[in-house]
Amino acid sequence: MLILECPYCGVKAEETELAAGGEAHLKRFGPGSDDNDFHDYLFMRENPKGVHFERWRHANGCGKWFHAARCTTTLEVFGTYAAQTYEPPQEIKDKITAKRPGWSWREFSDASE
Amino acid sequence: MKRYSAFAVAREALRYHTGWERAWRSPEPKRHYDVVIVGAGGHGLATAYYLGKNFGITNVAIIEKGWLGGGNTGRNTTIIRSNYLQDPSAAIYEKARSLYETMSQDLNYNVMFSPRGVMMLAQTEHEIRGYKRTAHANALQGVQTEWIEPARVKELVPIINLHGPRYPVLGALWQERAGTARHDAVAWGYARACSDMGMDIIQQCEVTGVRVENGRVAGVETSKGPIDCDKMGMLVAGNASHLADMAGFRLPMESVALQALVSEPIKPCMDVVVMANTVHGYMSQSDKGEMVIGGGTDAANNYTQRGSFHHIEETVRALVETFPMVSRLKMLRQWGGIVDVTGDRSPLISKTPVGNCFINCGWGTGGFKSIPGSGWAMAELMATGHSPLTEEFTMNRFKEGKFIDESVAAGVAH
Repeated sequence: MLILECPYCGVKAEETELAAGGEAHLKRFGPGSDDNDFHDYLFMRENPKGVHFERWRHANGCGKWFHAARCTTTLEVFGTYAAQTYEPPQEIKDKITAKRPGWSWREFSDASE
Repeated sequence: MKRYSAFAVAREALRYHTGWERAWRSPEPKRHYDVVIVGAGGHGLATAYYLGKNFGITNVAIIEKGWLGGGNTGRNTTIIRSNYLQDPSAAIYEKARSLYETMSQDLNYNVMFSPRGVMMLAQTEHEIRGYKRTAHANALQGVQTEWIEPARVKELVPIINLHGPRYPVLGALWQERAGTARHDAVAWGYARACSDMGMDIIQQCEVTGVRVENGRVAGVETSKGPIDCDKMGMLVAGNASHLADMAGFRLPMESVALQALVSEPIKPCMDVVVMANTVHGYMSQSDKGEMVIGGGTDAANNYTQRGSFHHIEETVRALVETFPMVSRLKMLRQWGGIVDVTGDRSPLISKTPVGNCFINCGWGTGGFKSIPGSGWAMAELMATGHSPLTEEFTMNRFKEGKFIDESVAAGVAH
């Protein structure tokens, strides 16, 4: 059973309380962008075996969107954080690095700081 | 290869079954093959089989990380049907269904194909319209399906509750020639036939890298050493993104867990397959008497072959309201598989940015039923560079906006 702590209301919510919202930190491409960027934004999902950043909504709770860092091969949760950010906070990155050295995700990675 | 037959059974009975041979060889890999297929599941083995049978290409290795047929081929609910709305899907699934009809004779291996009929229940007004439309589309595609009324549903499935607490049964889309088959036997039958043609099935051999030189695959690095190839086929379902990464291209795909469960064996009570897509559950009875139950996919990415427990609860809840007798059944086993899902929920059978590398993945929740058709088409694509069955399933369709909008018709896991 997946349990994520909502960074807003502090509730340790189990999966039935949450709604999954897919990949986090998507860089959006809209009108005026070229076809490749738009295509990648819409369809080319990150699908790593390992560290994955994703959006969740505390649907049957405070109702707010937040982000979670999770491992897709062990189902381990590295941490959750507020959604109003372009990349994970350093503290989360450090936690991931401690367990998965060499991880990377689109523009940011273990080595980025 | 010694053929299986009634005579063979009698012959072996007379000599204490000492004469049976191994169904396939387990050779060490050679340094070079004309074609390397990664993934010895149903799709990979079927591709290899039709490469040999239809195109005479037999210098083939099929490489498997675990054991053959141990992934989604051995984890599905064995349903075979072809009642799809869109022409490209109907074509490839109907090809597959028709190949299943003669597969046991073709492979000399009993795959226990049982054309018992598949019924998709309509439980909302929208589903009635949707399924009637599908029945009309199927008539034009040459796929035999029909719309049936609730009275006929009850006649075919006496254990069903037509007047459920949430959704009444308003009719169904009925495909009489659809059914089930023994999933392991499909993999084993293809493996035996491939091995007989001289192909090497190399199990417990993990691909750790793909060597790309001048935009072409030169070979693969494996846990049993490097293997060179002229052409490569990737048929690794949930691990497709991971393998494509090694070859340096990306896929429009996410991997999620899909679960199934079986009950204790009971006396025969339902001799068709019933799918209830509105309440999310489907069920059939295996030859052993177990009720085989399929659930929905998880929402979050996952490679662990384990799913969320609450999805099982949802599935069982749906079945209890559709078949009240299910509430008295004990469930024996539950398991998960990792399915690869694309943006439009239809597969990719395609050339790739790497010239001599071909990919076949994205079957998501509907891979087993398509195995022979998928292998047939993939073999044609790999051997000749073109297959009429795969034209619409290219990777480029997302860029071109030419989706195969089938999830509208299927609704959920299928």
